[in-house]
Amino acid sequence: MAETPNYAWPPREKRRQIGKSPTRIDGPAKASGKAKYSSDVNLPGMLHAALLTCPHAHARITAIDTSAAEKSPGVAAVHVISPVGTEIQWSGTEVAAVAATTENQARDAARQIKVQYEVLPHVVREEDLSKVGNRAKAAGEQITGDPDQAFKEADVVSEGEYGIPVVAHSCLEPHGGVLHWQGDKVTYWPSTQFVSGIAGTLAPNIKVPVANIRVHQEHIGGGFGSKFGADRWDAVSALLSQKAGGKPVKLFLDRATELNIAGNRPSAYSKIKLGAKKDGTITVWQSQSWASGGFTGGGMPPTPYVYTNIPNKRINHTSVSINAAGQRAWRAPNSQQASYLTCSAIEDLAAALKMDPMEVFAKNAGYTPRAETYRAQLAKAAELSDWKRLWHQRGDAGAGPVKRGLGIGVNAWGGGGHASQCRTTINPDGSVMVEIGVQDLGTGTRTVINQVAAETLGLPLNAIAVRIGDNSLPPSGASGGSTTVGGVSSSTRKSCVNALAKLFDVAAPALGLQPDQLEVVDGRIQQKDNPAKSITWQAACRKMGTSKISEMGANDPRNPGGLNSSGVGGIQVADVSVDTETGIVKLNKFVAVQDCGLIINPKLAESQCYGGIIMGICTALYEERVMDPATGIMLNHNYDTYKLAGIGDIGEIVVHLEMEPQHDSRGVIGLGEPPAIGIQAAIGNAVANALGVRVRNMPMTPDRVLAALERRNA
Amino acid sequence: MQAFEYANPATLADAIALLGASWGEAGVLAGGTDLIGLMKDYIEMPKRVVNVKGIKELGGIRKTGAGLRIGATVTMEELVENAEIRKLYPSLHTAAANITSPQIRNMGTVGGDLCQRPRCWYYRQGFGLLPKDPKGQELVANGENRYHAILGNAGPAKFVSASSLGPALVALGARVKLASAKGPREVPAEKFFVTPAADGAREIALQPNEILTEIIIPAAATRNATYEVRQKDALDWPLATASVVLRMKGSTVSGARIVLGHVAPTPWLAEQAGTALAGKAITPESAEAAAKAALAGATPLSGNAYKVQLARVAVKRALLEAARGRA
Repeated sequence: MAETPNYAWPPREKRRQIGKSPTRIDGPAKASGKAKYSSDVNLPGMLHAALLTCPHAHARITAIDTSAAEKSPGVAAVHVISPVGTEIQWSGTEVAAVAATTENQARDAARQIKVQYEVLPHVVREEDLSKVGNRAKAAGEQITGDPDQAFKEADVVSEGEYGIPVVAHSCLEPHGGVLHWQGDKVTYWPSTQFVSGIAGTLAPNIKVPVANIRVHQEHIGGGFGSKFGADRWDAVSALLSQKAGGKPVKLFLDRATELNIAGNRPSAYSKIKLGAKKDGTITVWQSQSWASGGFTGGGMPPTPYVYTNIPNKRINHTSVSINAAGQRAWRAPNSQQASYLTCSAIEDLAAALKMDPMEVFAKNAGYTPRAETYRAQLAKAAELSDWKRLWHQRGDAGAGPVKRGLGIGVNAWGGGGHASQCRTTINPDGSVMVEIGVQDLGTGTRTVINQVAAETLGLPLNAIAVRIGDNSLPPSGASGGSTTVGGVSSSTRKSCVNALAKLFDVAAPALGLQPDQLEVVDGRIQQKDNPAKSITWQAACRKMGTSKISEMGANDPRNPGGLNSSGVGGIQVADVSVDTETGIVKLNKFVAVQDCGLIINPKLAESQCYGGIIMGICTALYEERVMDPATGIMLNHNYDTYKLAGIGDIGEIVVHLEMEPQHDSRGVIGLGEPPAIGIQAAIGNAVANALGVRVRNMPMTPDRVLAALERRNA
Repeated sequence: MQAFEYANPATLADAIALLGASWGEAGVLAGGTDLIGLMKDYIEMPKRVVNVKGIKELGGIRKTGAGLRIGATVTMEELVENAEIRKLYPSLHTAAANITSPQIRNMGTVGGDLCQRPRCWYYRQGFGLLPKDPKGQELVANGENRYHAILGNAGPAKFVSASSLGPALVALGARVKLASAKGPREVPAEKFFVTPAADGAREIALQPNEILTEIIIPAAATRNATYEVRQKDALDWPLATASVVLRMKGSTVSGARIVLGHVAPTPWLAEQAGTALAGKAITPESAEAAAKAALAGATPLSGNAYKVQLARVAVKRALLEAARGRA
């Protein structure tokens, strides 16, 4: 066996599995309903828990009486989460919980807990900064170059106001889990993006050693960044399980609570002023932004986005604290907001210059970290969207009420691979098991692991069993930051290379060769480039006798060894039609040109792009959290008024993944987040192009579109 | 959901006997697409749920001397698929077809559509149908009212009628048949929907001891159409609709009924706008004028003036569609 194994990806022409698009291996189970999510787990004697939440946005609890709830039918345990004296800072805050025999009994009983509140004044909306009073907190001004001089020298100055509201994560499977606390051991079926790590966030809250918490999760119904750690209600489930004498407890949030408190993307509003030369070169950026992600305020979206190196800048930001539940990471945190604000301002500048925005985005690409990539992508996106034929100056001059327009959005992301360990076991009967304590967020992680293992071991996909979703397996990182595919593909590759080397050690004597003379091709172990001298995989494995091979492999994020890397960009173009009589926006076509590294499964990669784009369409046209100024509650906490796109609202999506040798040679790069950025920007710009006026705030609902048209006509 | 008694009567008489004298005693279950959600959210807490889907006499669509008779438990999908309705009453066909999910069209019934509760987000969160804050201030007028009424909203009722079929039925001059222990009674569709003026009052004329049994649409040769303004293609409620019925004399209108939906606590009959069309041909100009007239009395709230424009568009497009005719 060689001293330093060669873990490098096989050259493109030799790949048998990587680069192919087999159907995801858990697809049939999911499509048929056989797949068991944690919310499908039902155990003998299991209790159901329900939360009582606070109906006020800001209040102090002055009394709690649980006596009626305790006597309610079926109730096994009651737990007060927010004791008397607690100052509540948002509606939906968990006050108490009940575990009962059935879900209905638990909900009925929770309603019988009597809580008295001293109601305190609240602020729940931040879009109008003049109305938030002392809730605003300005950060210090950041100045680069000489913005005042640059504005004086600019040939054209363009100004605009743009806003993007708070949206909820809307996981189809709500947050929660099933918890079973027996003696000093806890078994936990969560809905989590971090199977290997969630026990560590639960343990301190229930004072059980991390090692005593066993975690299982076969599938997750959506996370999008909102499910990294154990939540307060998960600890409550554990306490209820203990109080009920060690019965398992199931607690998943109801939809209203889910939309209220289980994660949201912070808002971002900005007044942006740009200065440029006549030829479209941007010379100066000025922005005054504000944002809120709940009670703790809201950070500054990173603007100017991508075009970071504009030489002169003045940047101000104000964080606004409101009485609403806190933000969580939302598929490319802060990036949709920053892309929307930046690309809108650049498009408005192009309109002021009467220039084609394609030209302006390309001309200024020098300010970005990857000018050549973006220029090439702009050209490709123009080709795929038929830009030259369809684009026109601001305002579709055609007849009839329906106007068409095109717009551009830009994305960038890191990727890389999270820390991941994999164990590959080869048994004497030839069977193979690959195990990682990771989660499949719905991205196809299982399938990717299977493909990499099959590629490395020279076996068909179905010859390998893949196990994930259990924290007793070798640990893997959280699925966040688009790092899972980079992490698990590398750890799987290394583990399989290591296991195969051991098998070569066993097989070599039978062929009269040294282990380093061997390779594996299509289920046969053979002399390199000499299929005539070979034995079958099964025959080689039989030579192991009664022992088995079990080898580890690890991805070290600091030293990925060329297997994975980070840093991608993409250009998106939206083609929309707007009915100017009703203000309804429809997507005709959405083009996404995406830079990425080595792609293990192009179909899964395209699916990631579809998913990200669809989420982007939802937030561009439909999604917003509506807070009621009077009561302080979220009014649209159900899907009749918290609107998400349906199939008919999506239009045609064209994904172009860049898969040339120069991309492939960079290794694997995660793709979960980049395609979700830039959609609001592209659609917003397309609507502005169609109408000849900017719809300032997302989502572009009929009321906002009609208001913009009135402004144009005034 | 609060525990309840479940009854599964086989005859209308048995079902009526299971109803209560006041609201909250019994809930009538057909498709359950609204009632079950309301019960899960503790907005409705009937002590008894009476399933009427097993009552044969409440089903079926058939022609009678009085017109077309549609049973209360006919599903939206049955309505959509009925050739007679598609041919003679495209306004009703379209209204049902626009209900945006096959699941709801398969489960939801005609009676349920007329009896469903409003979608007002204050009502659905337990603040009541005429929602007020603890100081007695109206929540809708002072709050978020983007989906609320722009007509008929002078009183405390600011919600919009959720019925999809209501506007078409009012426009067609349909009658709604109700039955109680005292026997059947008929109410014109436009009288079936009412605007509650005080807490506890309902938005329909049905009494707690009554069941809606059927709808009768008079046979008359008309051109009719419904146009719905809805933001999303799927799973969405309309922002405004218009159902129009035209009686034609050659190429001119001899009589017209224009009814707006989702803009008032009831389907809103714009009587004068209809009358003013008499003797005119339907052109883009006359349709536009009628649309303006239909909304002339609109009194939008702080956040829903845009619905005036949407309702106008609905009227104009429905009139043009009806004039083109599909029959």
